Amino acid sequence: MKYARLVVALALIGLLAGLGPHVLPEYWVRVLIVLGINIILVSSLGLSNGFTGVFSLGHPGFVALGAYVSGILTLELTKKGAYLPDLPGFLAGVQLPFLPATLIAGVFCALVAVVIGIPLMRLSGNYVSVATLGFLVIVNVVLVNAEQFTRGSRTFTGIPPYTDLGWVAGWAVVTLLVLSRVAYSPLGRAMRATRDDPIAAQAVGIHILPARLMAFALGAFFAGVGGALYGHYLVSFSPATFYVAMLVQQLTMLVLGGQASLTGAVVGVSAITLLSEVLRNLERGFSLGSLQVPAVFGASQIALGFIFILVMVYRPQGLLGDRELPLVTGGRVAKGAGPVYKDTVGGGRT
Amino acid sequence: MSDLEYVLQQLINALSIGSLYALVAVGLSIIFSLLRLTNFAHGDMMMVGAFATLFAQLAGLGFLPAVGVGILVSALAGVIIERVAYRPVRGAPDVTMLLTSVALTYILENLGILLFSSSPRNFPLPDWMNHLYSFADGRITFNNINLLTLGVTLLALLFLNWFVRRTQVGLGMRAAAEDLTAAHLVGLDVNRVIVVAFVLASAFAGVAGVLWAAQAGVVEPQMGFTPLLKAFVAAIIGGFGSIPGAIVGGFVLGALEVLIQSLPGDWGLSPYRDALVFALLIAFLLFRPGGILGVRQEVKL
Repeated sequence: MKYARLVVALALIGLLAGLGPHVLPEYWVRVLIVLGINIILVSSLGLSNGFTGVFSLGHPGFVALGAYVSGILTLELTKKGAYLPDLPGFLAGVQLPFLPATLIAGVFCALVAVVIGIPLMRLSGNYVSVATLGFLVIVNVVLVNAEQFTRGSRTFTGIPPYTDLGWVAGWAVVTLLVLSRVAYSPLGRAMRATRDDPIAAQAVGIHILPARLMAFALGAFFAGVGGALYGHYLVSFSPATFYVAMLVQQLTMLVLGGQASLTGAVVGVSAITLLSEVLRNLERGFSLGSLQVPAVFGASQIALGFIFILVMVYRPQGLLGDRELPLVTGGRVAKGAGPVYKDTVGGGRT
Repeated sequence: MSDLEYVLQQLINALSIGSLYALVAVGLSIIFSLLRLTNFAHGDMMMVGAFATLFAQLAGLGFLPAVGVGILVSALAGVIIERVAYRPVRGAPDVTMLLTSVALTYILENLGILLFSSSPRNFPLPDWMNHLYSFADGRITFNNINLLTLGVTLLALLFLNWFVRRTQVGLGMRAAAEDLTAAHLVGLDVNRVIVVAFVLASAFAGVAGVLWAAQAGVVEPQMGFTPLLKAFVAAIIGGFGSIPGAIVGGFVLGALEVLIQSLPGDWGLSPYRDALVFALLIAFLLFRPGGILGVRQEVKL
């Protein structure tokens, strides 16, 4: 079945885009859109964090850049004059359609990733996490202060609501196709080798920096695309939209499904999305027989945090570990190449 | 305003903010040296300490006893998070522990919002804390909060120095920081040492939380996040895992922040202060990962 993936993909896009909005209630269409965007964001995060083991905490920074770039490029000219009067000339006069704006947002993020990745991808372990968190903070500070482009900490609004189920399904499928093609190619094998043992990988002739940089930049590209989609879905947002809460949500989805598995990313995103929707409805309060449960706002975030910790304690490799559907790998991977989880020292779960 | 007075005033500001960073960073470093855990929940111990102090005061305690309660509660919170969240993942890859702490900070902050709402609350202070000292016709001013911040920090650091050098648990802590497994093999009660480390680190964070709330005048559930990020920077530029490194880093960072904001002439840098601080962090990670004090880096083969 050489073209199995393509057939499944096209069928999925066709089904969702064609039928979805007509058959499904509005609420479920919105849930599916957010689900699709999160699949793009989390699977692209998985490429660097899971496959190369460079655990980035900077992903929402790229999502933010994507949303703002695409937002600025597609804003109607009249609105641009009103909201962003100080834009430099070359930006003030352009109004692009959705697809080119999204692509430019992605390419912009990939370029940023290459520039910051060349130094940062040399780090590892805790250090790369803290440094990429630094990148997230820097992006946030710059967005808040670059009022000329972003309206600062005020809400950036008036963005055309282009994002619909068809676009999201299409991009999610493209993302998964590209990522699975890369992750289960020789390059993907090099990425996993640099994760499992950088020194041994170097010894057999794998260049660590290019492999990691490729994963980081490709992840950033799709983060930018996903950010653009998210921006055109939200229609208005501010730098605070793309900060620590988003980071925690993406990380929870990623670790729940399994960091080194694209199938896992999809499973994690779906599970957390459904759970969040259920919890969000429970939060408003409900009655169980004669028992009246009052509204407890914020409880769903706490539940999410607990799930995260339980996964880390009892199943750090996530639900799927590094297993994939055969559809994803195209039969190009050997089993048992997952990350190693060491025994606990002095204590542990007793 | 003469230059000397201006410099002195900025020096006071730098010492005041730097000692807070040092106080938080020391706790981060102690825990990192033992577990290689980058503890994001450390900042929330500040929040816990400040809120406990607030509620102890509302319950009718005087200010100083209330602060005592706050420090005790934050130390206790440290023990609880170690037992519940960190001990089960001890020995896992660094990133697993880091993620656990990220999840923990998310839980604690949302719990804080759930219990106390996200809006800032007034932090009541006795009048003597705000007593203002003014020199050179009001061109150099500071208050008891500034004095207390510096004084308490110095006392805490002296205590820590005595503790890790002169007590058995403290020596055990240093041994475990050298090599946790080896210390365990020669019969050190690793769990006890780690619990004591969490007590110390969280108590210090509690103190810092009270002082931070006193300077800001308010407490809020997310108050620990910014100082935590700054303390990371301080600990890393000083030399992550080293107590003297965290202190040096804290004061250097405080001085740097004040310098960015008070440079004569308008460089337009002030709004980008936090971005510059993190750019510095990244530069240190790349070019001098051992920090100012050059802490030894282990390479695992």
